[in-house]
Amino acid sequence: MFNRTAIAPLEYTRKLWMRSWVGLTMLFLYAPLIVLMIFSFNDSKRNVVWKGFTLKYYEKALNNDSLVEAMVNSLTIAFFATIISLIIGTLAAVMLWRFRFPFKGLVEGTMSLPIIVPEICLGVAFLIFFAKVDWPTDLPWPLNLSAITIAHITFCFPFVAMVVRARLASFNKEEEEAAKDLGATEWQAFRDVLLPHLKPSLVAGALLAFTLSLDDFVITFFTSGPDTITFPVKVYSMVRFSVTPEVNAASTILIILTVALTFIALKYQGVKGISDAH
Amino acid sequence: MSGPLQDWKSQRKPFAAIASAPVFWLALFFIAPMTIVWLYSFGQNAGPADIDISGTLDNYKRATEWLYLSIFLKSLAVAALTTLICLIIGFPVAMAITFAAPKWRPWLLLGIMLPFWTNLLIRTYALMALMGTNGYMNKGLGGLWEGASWLRTLVGMQPLEAWTPVQLLYNNFAVVLGLVYVHLPFMVLPLYSALDRLDKSLIEASLDLGAGHFKTFMQVVVPLAAPGIVAGVMITLIPALGAYLTPDLMGGTDSQMIANVIERQFKRANDWPFGAALSFLLIYAMFILIALQSMRSNKVKEAR
Repeated sequence: MFNRTAIAPLEYTRKLWMRSWVGLTMLFLYAPLIVLMIFSFNDSKRNVVWKGFTLKYYEKALNNDSLVEAMVNSLTIAFFATIISLIIGTLAAVMLWRFRFPFKGLVEGTMSLPIIVPEICLGVAFLIFFAKVDWPTDLPWPLNLSAITIAHITFCFPFVAMVVRARLASFNKEEEEAAKDLGATEWQAFRDVLLPHLKPSLVAGALLAFTLSLDDFVITFFTSGPDTITFPVKVYSMVRFSVTPEVNAASTILIILTVALTFIALKYQGVKGISDAH
Repeated sequence: MSGPLQDWKSQRKPFAAIASAPVFWLALFFIAPMTIVWLYSFGQNAGPADIDISGTLDNYKRATEWLYLSIFLKSLAVAALTTLICLIIGFPVAMAITFAAPKWRPWLLLGIMLPFWTNLLIRTYALMALMGTNGYMNKGLGGLWEGASWLRTLVGMQPLEAWTPVQLLYNNFAVVLGLVYVHLPFMVLPLYSALDRLDKSLIEASLDLGAGHFKTFMQVVVPLAAPGIVAGVMITLIPALGAYLTPDLMGGTDSQMIANVIERQFKRANDWPFGAALSFLLIYAMFILIALQSMRSNKVKEAR
């Protein structure tokens, strides 16, 4: 900060106005979240004045059965959506990377559509689709979450495919051929040669899918029924109708979970790897 | 890409094993639902839960009425304004990250990305708490107001009236601020990746040859970063155009965007065919934006 060397022309980051600009942007991005987290410990119903430290809203949030149920639903959906998106996304990436086949451009273009199509349109499409095919709504848990999970997989797996495909570009096909020449079957070559190479992208893809699924509100809003409330849908109704400090507490828990997941990803990939994944 | 592509015919079994799951999923859980929406957009309500796909164009005709057209145009204006503000805020940030010390760069990037990983609803809610009539933003404005009032008494003028909290939420300003807050990381990341690839010696050359920082920025940095700017604009404009949550929670009665109108057709108004037509119009708008972008990038390629 108090470096004595003169500022070189390209060291824009060392100029004061640039630093203040970045600082203000970070303040803009983080101040709301930090205030929310601090006030989740505030011993007051109204959110503005600090009245002392308390954990009672955490207790309340954790004793709020419908909130906990929504959280469990969200995590369950995110878990299954991540696993299935990871499998389908990886297969899709390998398919596009390895083969020449008719209508390849069409398949590739269609696969990027779930990323581009606005969430609201996708949500509406699933609402109509599940109504049209009479998808059963009275299944026991966790099967009643299947409709939401299916919708989530549809918008998560193209992201996984994108991340995995970027990694495939650096794979040396000769390695796989060598394995096959030495007697490995197609499956063995895939499992022992290709998959280890893909591992970092699989971790990145899984985390991306998990966060996207956990984050989604709009599509879930259209596919969830009264018995299949997810955390964002629950928070939405709480914000809409009765803002309570419980929401702050529950949100803080989710923010901490997200930050923890990001740092796990960091440990696996390094900061550089994460930024490359985007 | 390393190595030649294999023809699927010579490798039927592995191809079937690899391709069937993604293709099946895409057909059943993406193309089929979208096709049903598309068909519904040419239908009409035939009963409380019955839709007759009659091939009528009435839904599209109704969508071009001024009421809906104006909401479409307004959504586009709000999304464009959001994108512009994101670009103005984001460009210096992306520059700062690009020219930061290598030790700091990943952490600044992480700082931009962490909010992007945080739940959208929580972020919107956090911003709303800050902007409420009792929130910190109002307190800050109140402080400024009192400061101004004190300054006036200092120069012998009448002090201003006492500060009354303003309604910052539930209007168009709140919607734009909320959208900027949510989409800023989308803009910074592509800008950064374009600036990072830029040859820094060109900037040095421009400065050495006598151009000022501003001139260098406008005539060297911006043209070279154009692909990143276009990518950032698209990646911000498209989701902002289809935004549902921000206008719903932070907007007032006059700040609804097209996504809110679509939602209403499916929930309260219960006019599915009309909602389907509006959804497809929104999708077509996206396609036009993307086509414009690819036309532009083709032109750039030809020019080189």
